[in-house]
Amino acid sequence: MPTEELANIDIDRTRGDFRYDEKHAFDAGTGLTHDTIDYIVNVKGEPEWIRDWRHKALDIFLSKPMPTHWASKDLENIIFQDIRYYLSGGQKPSRSWEDVPADVKRTFERLGIPEQERKFLAGVEAQFDSEAVYSNIKKAVGEQGVIFMGSTEALKEHPEIFRKWFGKVIPTGDNKFSALNSAVFSGGSFIYVPPGVKVKHPLQAYFRINAENFGQFERTLIIADEGSEVMYMEGCTAPKFETATLHSAVVELVALKGAKIQYVTVQNWSANVFNLVTKRAVAHEMAEVKWIDCNIGSRLTMKYPGVVLKGRKARGEVISIALASDGQHQDTGAKMIHAADETTSNVVSKSISVGTGRATYRGLVHVPKHLKGCKNNTECDALLINSTARTDTYPAITVRGTGNACQHEASVSQISAEQIFYMQQRGLTEAQAMSLSVNGFVNDLVREFPMEYSVELKRLIDLEMEGSVG
Amino acid sequence: MSTALLETEEMTETTVAPAPLLSAGPSAPGQEAAWSTFTSTPMPVRTDERWRFANVKDLDLGTYTQPLPIDEAAREELLGRSRGMAGTAGRMVFANDQLLAREQFSDSLSQLGVVWLPLEQAMLEFPELFQQYFMREEAILGGQKFAALHASQVRTGTFLHVPRGVEIDLPIEAFHWLHGRNGSCFPHTLIIAEERAKVTFVDYYESADSEAPGLACAVNDLWLGAGAQVTYVTAQNWSREALTFQINATIVGRDAHAKALFAQLGGRHVRCESVSHLRAPGGRSDMLAVTVADRAQEIDARTFQIHEAPHTASDLLYKNSLDDTARTIFSGLIRVDPGAHQTDAYQKVRNLLLSDEAEANSAPGLEIEANDVRCTHGATSGQIEEEELFYLMSRGISKKAAQKLIVHGFLQEAIDRLGQPAIEEKLAELVRAKFAIHG
Repeated sequence: MPTEELANIDIDRTRGDFRYDEKHAFDAGTGLTHDTIDYIVNVKGEPEWIRDWRHKALDIFLSKPMPTHWASKDLENIIFQDIRYYLSGGQKPSRSWEDVPADVKRTFERLGIPEQERKFLAGVEAQFDSEAVYSNIKKAVGEQGVIFMGSTEALKEHPEIFRKWFGKVIPTGDNKFSALNSAVFSGGSFIYVPPGVKVKHPLQAYFRINAENFGQFERTLIIADEGSEVMYMEGCTAPKFETATLHSAVVELVALKGAKIQYVTVQNWSANVFNLVTKRAVAHEMAEVKWIDCNIGSRLTMKYPGVVLKGRKARGEVISIALASDGQHQDTGAKMIHAADETTSNVVSKSISVGTGRATYRGLVHVPKHLKGCKNNTECDALLINSTARTDTYPAITVRGTGNACQHEASVSQISAEQIFYMQQRGLTEAQAMSLSVNGFVNDLVREFPMEYSVELKRLIDLEMEGSVG
Repeated sequence: MSTALLETEEMTETTVAPAPLLSAGPSAPGQEAAWSTFTSTPMPVRTDERWRFANVKDLDLGTYTQPLPIDEAAREELLGRSRGMAGTAGRMVFANDQLLAREQFSDSLSQLGVVWLPLEQAMLEFPELFQQYFMREEAILGGQKFAALHASQVRTGTFLHVPRGVEIDLPIEAFHWLHGRNGSCFPHTLIIAEERAKVTFVDYYESADSEAPGLACAVNDLWLGAGAQVTYVTAQNWSREALTFQINATIVGRDAHAKALFAQLGGRHVRCESVSHLRAPGGRSDMLAVTVADRAQEIDARTFQIHEAPHTASDLLYKNSLDDTARTIFSGLIRVDPGAHQTDAYQKVRNLLLSDEAEANSAPGLEIEANDVRCTHGATSGQIEEEELFYLMSRGISKKAAQKLIVHGFLQEAIDRLGQPAIEEKLAELVRAKFAIHG
């Protein structure tokens, strides 16, 4: 296909370009010092152990270098002193739909979630800036004994469970950004599923950023007790701002014996957001953890969901779709740490680079000691739409011993001119043909997403492909 | 290097004790800049992505000296042990960076205008060619310090210039011996194949005592003009206690075809960096390696396939067999530069683990900046299938022998890609010899 025809990439960027007046009762100002930490702790009325925890984390954050020896140099453009680390509307998390402020409801409207679907969604947890604004746990879920609340609430109301697992999967010093999150976290979800409970409806949270220079540092902790099952979904979109915004979340999952956790993310931050997220799970014996991850927005995303396969026969999976449009860098991947016999892991990653977009896969597979019967399969496929697009693949696989098998495969291709020609002579426009091809490329992964997400995803891809051919 | 090099060479005959390497300084005038680069470049650290997985603490150079002298008895012994292939066009033998012998078996070489000389002689006789090609490509895979060390210490090596249209049918060989304890050597191979030239070259790296500690730091550069065909093989069989480096650059011109194979058998800690620059349309580079790692060996291979021009191809196949507590590292990258359309690049590493303590690290990478390309890579790690063993054993073959057969078959796939039966047989013989010693 001649590249000139593809030169005029015009992506609909108006979707996220909306904002409302900011009314923040609490604002920690810009910059980060020990005083900021004290301010956050005081405003949120948190216990003293959290204060110590946050101070310690700040010291670690300040002492750690940026990971620029392997990561994108774009990270150097983050000016930490210009970021606001805490903002809150001062609202208490609300329980019913009626309590949700009207302007937040309007936000949902613009996100394109149909009324019917909103009602359908079992537990809606929408994050507006740093505090959970709306938290509606479906009655049945509560009756099953499932705890679903903001992490700030949880650390006050359920310290006995919260403290036991908090920061255990991802220690503060794991990386510079997990340390930053540990220092200034606010918001995020806490879920505890009691033994044997299977949560029928997916639990859901929507996040939004609505203030310039405001960094969102949510902290999510999900514990699935023995034999339980839960699916959690998060989707995010953000208004477009003039200066860069930092989003740095930490998500910890614990799947105890025989438990199953699915964690679904559809990320569509606006093109000025640095999205630097640490996500990791521990899977105990016979447990299954599945990360389903779709990255469409942001300026730079660095996110490598991981599973530590700690118990025998544990299983970890990462299904990942990345769409890198003009000026975007989707640096995503997966980490699979095999730490017990007969553990299996599967990574399937598909990326699409459009215009000057760059998609990177970074993977880590580790089968360390004398384990038996461990298996890993990794597949990464990249699709390049224009001649200016870029894709990279950097897997790292360490295997020890004779009882294990690992395989990694990756390919890079483009949409074939024949395919497009065939569809065009059947009456489709070039743009439609393009969109169909791209959707076909990711189709088998999109099917892994819950129905409402796969519909939304398809729509997002259509939107991104619109006008990508001229 | 400078003209003083030859004189220095003679001087070493009378030198009593070679200097410790770290305080040696350049081996000849003209190498000062390289020496200062060497001393000012820090030792590798593990946080450097290019040294990821490597045991960088194992790279201490403090115990080694400059190359040791070779006496007459050693000379005779090593010449006798320099057994290559039956039919060759020529052979050079070096020990501790001294030329022991240069034999030309085919008169036609010089009649055809082929320049095949020790490096220091070529520098004097063909200064322009030398200037144009000697260490022109920087070490970009992490080994700058060791490339600088090599440049500051290199005394001799092979210089091979094949003029336009000349095809040499039989392979040319060079032996590089490391003799004595804690000495060092700096083998150098520079091959320049002009337009449509064709040549096959084999370097044998050997130690006189297979358990003596020593340092080897080799550089080999292959330059292929338009339509040239070069096959290059390193049969690395340094001492089991040697710390070794090898830095290779292959520059592939228009419609040229390079094939390089590294057979890694010896060494305690082996670092091999290989870069293919596909510089003009139609170029192709086959990058092959077979590794037989056992005991506590660490074999660290880094590769880079750089597609700088459209319509180029590269195909990499690295096969590692690992026994005992051996560690292998494969870290490779395919890069397709903007505009290098119609690139066809392939990269595959396969690890066969034979013991529970062996560790295989693979990091196959891609960096693609053009869209009309076909790039794939794959990495697998596994072990011998019980069924395969059972099948062979049911035919009356002992378990040990069956294992060896399977490993041979596994490695053979890469060796066969050379398409040169004489070299393939020689390599198979070396692999067999390693198995025989080890049991």
